Amino acid sequence: MHTSSLKKLSEGLRTRQFSSRELTQHFLARIDTLDPQINSFITVTAERALSQADAADRRIAEGTATALTGIPIAQKDLFCTEGVRTSCASRMLDRFIAPYDATVVKKLHAEAGMVMLGKCNMDEFAMGSSNETSWYGPVKNPWDLNRVPGGSSGGSVAAVAAGLAPVATATDTGGSIRQPAALTNLTGIKPTYGRVSRFGMIAFASSLDQGGVVARSAEDAAYVLQAMSGFDPLDSTSADRPVDDLLAGLQHPISGLKIGLPAEFFGDGMAVGVRAVIDAAIKTLESLGARCVPVQLPNAPLSVPAYYVVAPAEASSNLSRYDGVRFGHRAEGVKNLEELYKKSRGEGFGAEVQRRIMMGTYVLSHGYYDAYYLQAQKVRRLISRDFKQAFEQVDLILAPTTTDVAFRFGEKTDDPVAMYLNDVYTIAANLAGIPAMSLPAGFVDGLPVGLQLMGNYFSEARLLGVAHQYQQATAWHTQMPKGFN
Amino acid sequence: MAQHEWEAVIGLEVHCQLSTKTKIFSGANTAYGAEPNTQADAVTLGLPGVLPVLNGAALEMAIKFGLSVDAQIARRCVFARKHYFYPDLPKGYQISQYELPIVEHGVLDIEVNGATKRIGITRAHMEEDAGKSLHENFVGETGIDLNRAGTPLIEIVSEPDIRSSDEAVAYLKKLHQIVVYLGICDGNMQEGSFRCDANVSVRRKGTEKFGTRTETKNINSFRYVHAAIDFEIERQIEVIEGGGKIIQETRLYNPGTGETRSMRVKEDANDYRYFPDPDLLPVIVTDDEIERIRATLPELPEAKRDRFVAQYGLPVYDAGVLTGEGPLADYYETVVKDSGADPKLCANWIITDLLGGLNKAGHGIQDSVITAPMMAGLMKRMADNTLSGKLAKEVFEAMSDGEGDADAIIDRKGLRQITDDGAILAVIQQVMDANPGQLAQYREGKDKLFGFFVGQVMKASQGKANPDAVNRLLKTALAGE
Repeated sequence: MHTSSLKKLSEGLRTRQFSSRELTQHFLARIDTLDPQINSFITVTAERALSQADAADRRIAEGTATALTGIPIAQKDLFCTEGVRTSCASRMLDRFIAPYDATVVKKLHAEAGMVMLGKCNMDEFAMGSSNETSWYGPVKNPWDLNRVPGGSSGGSVAAVAAGLAPVATATDTGGSIRQPAALTNLTGIKPTYGRVSRFGMIAFASSLDQGGVVARSAEDAAYVLQAMSGFDPLDSTSADRPVDDLLAGLQHPISGLKIGLPAEFFGDGMAVGVRAVIDAAIKTLESLGARCVPVQLPNAPLSVPAYYVVAPAEASSNLSRYDGVRFGHRAEGVKNLEELYKKSRGEGFGAEVQRRIMMGTYVLSHGYYDAYYLQAQKVRRLISRDFKQAFEQVDLILAPTTTDVAFRFGEKTDDPVAMYLNDVYTIAANLAGIPAMSLPAGFVDGLPVGLQLMGNYFSEARLLGVAHQYQQATAWHTQMPKGFN
Repeated sequence: MAQHEWEAVIGLEVHCQLSTKTKIFSGANTAYGAEPNTQADAVTLGLPGVLPVLNGAALEMAIKFGLSVDAQIARRCVFARKHYFYPDLPKGYQISQYELPIVEHGVLDIEVNGATKRIGITRAHMEEDAGKSLHENFVGETGIDLNRAGTPLIEIVSEPDIRSSDEAVAYLKKLHQIVVYLGICDGNMQEGSFRCDANVSVRRKGTEKFGTRTETKNINSFRYVHAAIDFEIERQIEVIEGGGKIIQETRLYNPGTGETRSMRVKEDANDYRYFPDPDLLPVIVTDDEIERIRATLPELPEAKRDRFVAQYGLPVYDAGVLTGEGPLADYYETVVKDSGADPKLCANWIITDLLGGLNKAGHGIQDSVITAPMMAGLMKRMADNTLSGKLAKEVFEAMSDGEGDADAIIDRKGLRQITDDGAILAVIQQVMDANPGQLAQYREGKDKLFGFFVGQVMKASQGKANPDAVNRLLKTALAGE
């Protein structure tokens, strides 16, 4: 059951080959046996899952089920779930029981009828590219337990890659869906900024954060993204426009599409093996009728520095609310208010989070704001303009998702800049707010390589369509890591 | 050196709570006085994951204010985050407006000692209020009440055009009158709905350069503003004349002592790290929206006062009093319209008798037992001569005591004025018959006794005889012609 597509699972439920309870029990059992190896869950909500499964079985019997009713899913642990710990993988929120559901959670569970298996591990407050910053310990890559799964949605991808969940939610601020999806052979999509509600999704960098999904195929991703998307009056940055039919979009042929290859994404930084995989994928797409042409994104190389101003600036502000006063970690034995703040935040936040708060506070400080924050916003506008111009010439942009395959634990922890450069190919899409996805394109020494597709605003249906057509012609995405198949 | 060689330069910042039903960025109730923290929803608490959504009513109120002071309304304004840590500020930042406020470049004309002066309004921006820290009733601890957190405010910043505490108070009173008139603020200063920070500096007369200023925070009555500014001006002059320097600092006014004291110096001030709030999109206001809102503006105090003078022939003073508050002006207009009585007569009764009593009791027009239709009923009976002034007073007192409307009281107490000449003459005859001695003396030339006869007639008629008729008829009757 854990290798089936969502469509198959949906059919199985509808035709009573198995119940949602049986399906849920299957995944809970796999989590029980296999998760100790990879640490992909922070909280497993077995009891709630079974009661949701029973409710789903009733809906199926009553004929009020949606395509997703009864199918289990794992939630990244920054989506607020009423009555369940929502930790952001931080000591700060280790004992935080969310008193309300995020809009995404409401849509997937209350509306679509999916079953929540639990809350997935991640980098603390989604800050990281290796899942090594979690208060609950690192997540291991099911493809090689000595390597990182990527981050920040490391738990979400590891759980799905290992078959502990059929699909999982994730979020992407600078690549946190695409990079880990690439490193674990998954299909992950970050939709257009504003397509998925951020209400109840604990903020890292508000103008960049976007919820999405990691799945074993573009088709699976389309099912879940369809249910997650839509205007939310509780999120002022939510897009008030109808959601395209993503499932219908899967059937669109590739033939005739013009795909841009930006030179800026094919430079020296890329590992030779990765380059070969990407080149092969380009050939496959061409054989399916796509035309690949060079395209310019001249300001893309400025993405990383601009991002590391904007994201920490917003993070330093967003994380101000964790002060030990109303919720979250509160230090013991403090003498006064200032000490309460300093100790609570000093103890509650890990090193990487503290580093970003420091950077963000610095760039917003009096006298530095113009030089850093305003300048970064200008760069951001230039990058958006680059994309706008590029999409006047091409339908899609293709690039590698990462420079290399998954790295070993500790390899980059002492060098924050090397770690930050992990996101060199993914950040531009966040700065521009365009949709982007990663899909499996091959392997280097047994480790997965991801192919990135970027599209114009609200072109999720087209992106998923191209990915689906590619997956009809290839079998990379069907590969499972040994020991978990 | 003396004070007259110095000139004060004053700018005021007024925090005005907008009277929306719900908070500026959430659906939580804003009503004052609820149990602590019962009006703090997830957004107010700043829980992880929550997002702000602008309350359209607050925006509309801010625009109303801007239009009423002839200001520019920004077609695009931006919310910014102002950061500082304090327990009653749930998110660690206040959502405010910084570089692009909703209202800029307004003016307000004030009158001080008969002269009109124009005070510039630099800007008015929207922001959320903080909660309250409660230090009483907690030993060694601080209580936090977040009911007020997230209440919409406009902060109205004046130009440094004010030169005295009198001008400052005149400006504040005018501002207060406008926001209450507009219905965008309840104006309750004790509950903190309208509070003032005063920036004060002094300079030698004739110099152009501003002196170093201090900011005195959160003064919540007109009287305190007056006293705090006067104290601050005197203090600063004393410091400078004593060879000292004014330090730029924030000060607190103590109503108990009438003094201000230093709260924090500029060096300790927060770096607020303002930046545009990424959770809120820039607010776009169209010309159509502005015109729609302009059409809903009520007549403002000045315009109303001028109209009262023109339309009702009232003295400027009376018109000013009656238009001081919107509900009072409405009350007056209802009385005039419903009674058809002389507008000046109505004004006299409302200002002297009605307001006199209400003020003594510390009540407003809204609290009056005598409603406008009741007052109109009384005026009507004066206009048609049913009541003399004296009887009217009696009816007024009875109405105040809750005995019903004028006609009911007149009937029940039989207070109808006697205007029939025949009836009055009968009483006069009765009085003359009963007082032959006085009558004889009068007829011998003791004119002073006329008053005695008036009194006797009024007494015999139980005060109901029309005094004019009594005078007229008595003269003839006493003369015996």
